[in-house]
Amino acid sequence: MVSLTHYLTLGAILLCLSVAGIFLNRKNIIILLMSIELMLLAANMNFIAFSRFLGNPDGQVFVFFILTVAAAEAAIGLAILVVLFRNRNTINVADLDDLKG
Amino acid sequence: MPIQEIFFYLFSVIMVTAATLVISVRNPVYSILFLILTFFSAAALWIMLEAEFLGIVLVLVYVGAVMVLFLFVIMMLNINQSRVNEGFVKNLPLGIGVALVMLAEVLMVLWYKSQTGTDTYPLPVPHEQGYSNTAEIGERLFTAYLWPFEIAGIVLLVAIVAAIALSLRHREGVKTQSIPLQVSTEKRDRLEVIDMPVEHVENN
Repeated sequence: MVSLTHYLTLGAILLCLSVAGIFLNRKNIIILLMSIELMLLAANMNFIAFSRFLGNPDGQVFVFFILTVAAAEAAIGLAILVVLFRNRNTINVADLDDLKG
Repeated sequence: MPIQEIFFYLFSVIMVTAATLVISVRNPVYSILFLILTFFSAAALWIMLEAEFLGIVLVLVYVGAVMVLFLFVIMMLNINQSRVNEGFVKNLPLGIGVALVMLAEVLMVLWYKSQTGTDTYPLPVPHEQGYSNTAEIGERLFTAYLWPFEIAGIVLLVAIVAAIALSLRHREGVKTQSIPLQVSTEKRDRLEVIDMPVEHVENN
């Protein structure tokens, strides 16, 4: 039988993989965006598992809103990326140091 | 082993493997393709959890739209692969270390909960025949969550406007069609009646 802990463990593994992805691909903005998408997927997985095991569909409504916001975030992030590449001709994070941060 | 468990482990293994490949392959196009596989397996797991509507939405919206958007952007940008990937090996121990510590912490919490018996949710009963997940979510969305639903629509509208406004550019010296000019043109702009004396040509 597949219990709630199985799904929570799966979500935890997914979240840790995406954190590792952010550390490993520090130079590549596109992979960073993909890792953020993976992180949101891990959160959604937990929401749906809890919604099922608590018998409350409100969790699924929440996932619906997270998907909406994630789609908006991906669209704007990629638009910024395109403008960045057009102006600087690079998407290497190390080259984007104008703010001296 | 019951069939649910077999499918759960099958989809989970595919999903975790694909997610590992997303962050480790060199070519971003392959990364996107593995991300699609990850989302697809997640959709299968969600459908197993009887969240059919969201499983289909994940496939349609994420695999169908967002991932294709990623693919477009990657193929439009001409990225210097060797420069982008430098630092991968240097950050490898740190990345894996932090991820493993996080995973260990979460698993410790889950293990503690299972030891103390505070996570013993009863296994959910399958819904009866004729149950519609979509109808239930739709009912929630249009009653209790109507206001957030409207705001989500506005968020999407703002995202559309922002994406277009960011990526729109006006180039100098490119000839384009101007619809207002074409519509508002009048006869006298185009047609000129010239007075000229009649010429008589003698036939010979």
